[in-house]
Amino acid sequence: MADEIKTLSSQLAQDPDSLVFLRLGELLRQKGHLDTAHRVAVTGLERHPHLPDAHDLYARILADKHDYERAFDEWDMALRIAPDHVGALKGLAFLYFKVGDVQQAAAHLEAAQRAAPNDPGVAQALAMARGGGTEESGAAAPEGRGTEALIEPEPIAPAAQPLEEARVFAGLEGAQEGLLLLDASGRVLGGALKDPSGGDVTDAVAAYLAGVSQEAARTVKLLGLGKWTGLAAEGHLGHVHLAPPTGDALLLVVRDRAVPMGRLAIIAQRAALAARRWLEAHA
Amino acid sequence: MTAASAGYGKALDLITRVRGVRGAMLVSAEDGIVVAEQLMEGIKGPAVSALAASLATRLRRAMEAAGVGASLFWHLQAEQGALLVVPTPGGGGTLVVAVAEPDVNVGLVRLELLRAAEVVA
Repeated sequence: MADEIKTLSSQLAQDPDSLVFLRLGELLRQKGHLDTAHRVAVTGLERHPHLPDAHDLYARILADKHDYERAFDEWDMALRIAPDHVGALKGLAFLYFKVGDVQQAAAHLEAAQRAAPNDPGVAQALAMARGGGTEESGAAAPEGRGTEALIEPEPIAPAAQPLEEARVFAGLEGAQEGLLLLDASGRVLGGALKDPSGGDVTDAVAAYLAGVSQEAARTVKLLGLGKWTGLAAEGHLGHVHLAPPTGDALLLVVRDRAVPMGRLAIIAQRAALAARRWLEAHA
Repeated sequence: MTAASAGYGKALDLITRVRGVRGAMLVSAEDGIVVAEQLMEGIKGPAVSALAASLATRLRRAMEAAGVGASLFWHLQAEQGALLVVPTPGGGGTLVVAVAEPDVNVGLVRLELLRAAEVVA
């Protein structure tokens, strides 16, 4: 593999527009050289922004780096360009498994199977999603395996299940430092919040936000604007987004200023979906 | 007309001329009282201003506790419209508030709110 990497690197140096970056990036990813793989993928994407395989490669690397939000975006982009892209369908299925949405995961795997009926990995993963299972089905996903967990499907679904039971935002970026789910009284239901210095500010923030959901609802009702759907706020050092996953509960997402407000809204939507599912399961 | 009220009117004009804005207000952040307003008929200015001020206070405290600093701009989104708010800089204690249609250009309203806040401050 090392020789092949050297050869491909040399080819890419000679012809930077070449598509060998796809193979090179994948080999580097498989070897665990994620930062180098990341650079290769980004450079390739800059030259081939409409190539679905480039987005797929980048998403795999991001997933291995546990940057699941951006991985989701990249696989989503690959599917927009090529709706039957098997790698992107499998990747999104993997992410849906991680957040415990087995139904969506199965739907994506079914689409992948339609596109690649002879792919044994897809068939096996689909069987797992439908509750088939294998002897290894109780095994947890090994650390650092990243997206390989989908290609070798035994660890996926069973690993997602107990994780979801324990944590509302399992699998979402910032689950323990930038996501918080509160009830109407400001009691913490899940997630955690840390300030920029790493201090735990979960309880303080929760206390200040008690009643915000009701107040937001009253304000928009008074204005005749229907239901409130979100509250985005820009701070000197960071951004926050509040959303009501259900009537009484309140979701808070906090990120630094590098994350644009629009992107924060997308993150909040995903977190709200996870929170709603968790709240329904625990109702 | 005093110079201050003329200035307030000018500040509110900046906001209400944006397409999709149904009204704008200057609100005392401390007690939620309307300082100046340009609202379309039917908008209950005093009640909305009281709730906006209360929300602003909670939000400011929560954001400061979270370590992201005081809010520069916030945007309450609803199914059929939005409330957009900018506190005046330097802790002046006034909120510049806009009520808008759902398809308003939020970026543009934000800019005009910030400009209006500078004028008011």
